[in-house]
Amino acid sequence: MSSTDTAQHGTPADAYPPDDMGRWGEFGGRFVPETVMAALDELEAGMNEAFADPAFHAELALLARDFVGRPTPLYLAERLTEDVGGARIWLKREDLAHTGAHKINNALGQAVIAKRLGKQRIVAETGAGQHGVATATACARFGLKAVVYMGEEDMRRQRPNVVRMKMLGAEVIPVTNGAGTLKDALNDAIRDWIANVEDTHYLIGTAAGPHPYPYLVRRLQAVIGEESRGQMLDRAGRLPDAVVACVGGGSNAIGIFHSFRDDPVRLIGVEAGGTGGALHARSLSGGKVSILHGSRSYVLCDDDGQVVETHSISAGLDYPGVGPEHAYLHATGRAEFIGATDDESLVAFDRLCHLEGIIPALETSHALVIAERIARDLGPSGDVLVGLSGRGDKDVDQIAARRGIE
Amino acid sequence: MNIPRPSLAVYLMANEDAPALAEAAVRGGATVIELGIPYSDPLADGTTIQRAAQAALDAGITPERALELLAEINDRVDVPLVPMTYGAIVESYGLEDFCRDAAKAGAEALIVADIPPEESGPLRDAAAAEGVDLIHLVAPTSRPERIESAAAASTGFVYLVAAVGVTGARENLDPRVAELLELTRGAAGDTPILGGFGVSTRAHVEGLIAAGTDGAIVGSAAIDAIERGGAEALEELVRDLAAGLPS
Ligand SMILES: Cc1ncc(COP(=O)(O)O)c(C=O)c1O
Repeated sequence: MSSTDTAQHGTPADAYPPDDMGRWGEFGGRFVPETVMAALDELEAGMNEAFADPAFHAELALLARDFVGRPTPLYLAERLTEDVGGARIWLKREDLAHTGAHKINNALGQAVIAKRLGKQRIVAETGAGQHGVATATACARFGLKAVVYMGEEDMRRQRPNVVRMKMLGAEVIPVTNGAGTLKDALNDAIRDWIANVEDTHYLIGTAAGPHPYPYLVRRLQAVIGEESRGQMLDRAGRLPDAVVACVGGGSNAIGIFHSFRDDPVRLIGVEAGGTGGALHARSLSGGKVSILHGSRSYVLCDDDGQVVETHSISAGLDYPGVGPEHAYLHATGRAEFIGATDDESLVAFDRLCHLEGIIPALETSHALVIAERIARDLGPSGDVLVGLSGRGDKDVDQIAARRGIE
Repeated sequence: MNIPRPSLAVYLMANEDAPALAEAAVRGGATVIELGIPYSDPLADGTTIQRAAQAALDAGITPERALELLAEINDRVDVPLVPMTYGAIVESYGLEDFCRDAAKAGAEALIVADIPPEESGPLRDAAAAEGVDLIHLVAPTSRPERIESAAAASTGFVYLVAAVGVTGARENLDPRVAELLELTRGAAGDTPILGGFGVSTRAHVEGLIAAGTDGAIVGSAAIDAIERGGAEALEELVRDLAAGLPS
């Protein structure tokens, strides 16, 4: 095992920042109405000050340890590995973080920054409800008002999280526009922010949106990759051959990828393949370059630029855009993006339940489909690291209804 | 583009009724027509314009069709025409192609709600090549440096956002309009300044004029009027608002 200093530490969280325009290559930028431009400047300044302030890092580190339960474990999925018959499959257990997904890493960090900026009201969108729950939790913890926009369709399919948000004191506003899913929730959250920008922080839940959000969210989620890189070196004695994570807007994936940017490690993002036909949410592997929700990236839109309908069984991946840093990793070939269908993901969901005693989120199940495939291709001498982004408690009603479980 | 001072700009959504509605608006006293090219995810718009955009998309209004409608409007009225849309639409069309086709259809200026001055370089070049003005927005939340750069970069007119928020008829305009206007005027030089967002009553128009703008832009209230009573209601509203302009 070569454990030089650089090999231990991996790519620093602040490496590969966007350029002065908030872009990686042609992707990113700020495509928003003038009314919120000043708030983005203010947030960028507040973010830079926070990241330069040891007190901010100390506060986050304490919260990470005592409130979130970090570091999250790295778990060798032995029975899954044996069943697949290939590379060892390692799970980075973000499902064990407080509130049940990686979303809390970002929500707490942004809530601390919002407080530093003197904002008392937080507005957020949520798809699967995990970011809504994380936001409601962070707001309760810091005494901030939380307003969460959620599509009506998603409120139906992720009901347990709606209840949790309300219990935590958040106001949940149903969104009926469009298909009533994540894209529509973002639209209305951003419109609320535009109207209340002077006292409200927009706490976006993924590594998308106008600059500085994609960079801010990546830095707050980079802890996933930092921890897992060190854990792999300790436990496996080597870096993984591949890192696999699901991609909705891309926050858990960019968070686990980042530390491995400079390593000879394949980075594989898994998008929602939906029905396997025309209905999917594969923005990178099936979209084109356009503008959505404040940044330039790959978007599922028609030739006129109108955003098209997407589909995924997983509310958190059912989004026609993707964060701009992933667009850059895709365009430069540093990362690969592959689809997993609804049906394949349901099979992977069952397999993790039955072989490992872990109920994964439906989002996460997409990553497991491809992780199994890569493990098989690599053979027994390999190692695959999977971002186990969240637990599936929120999905039990949906799965039970499908399976006729009473 | 030369707009009269004072001016009343009326925003209409591109749909098959738009040419007749534009005529009604001009009869009522509109001196500029803005034509919205519908986009599926209009972040700067409130529910009225969102609904109108969705209805236009459902009726099959493409950007190409919207520019044909603009040309029809151009045949029927004699006021400056300004398409207003979003970045995804003009970029998908192709910036050069869009500016060329818009100019051919009679557009004298262009507003793209989500392309702020710092992102507008390529669009500004494409518009300038066709002699089309590019209008930027200044908002009550904009800091002085941004107001200066947006006002200085605007040609045709400067769009002064008179309310913090998305589009939509409102009771009250932002109390900071006068202050915003002073800063804008300093940087805009001779370029006219029109106030919009929330304008729905004659008192709003009078307020904007009293603050020192060169006029007002009415959008959601116009669409509300059309939904209520078609061209007739629109003409009536515009006549009432236009009465708020100094003669
Ligand atoms: C458990 C889980 N994983 C993944 C995602 C997808 O989001 P992102 O791509 O930002 O990680 C979500 C979003 O709701 C989620 O809840």
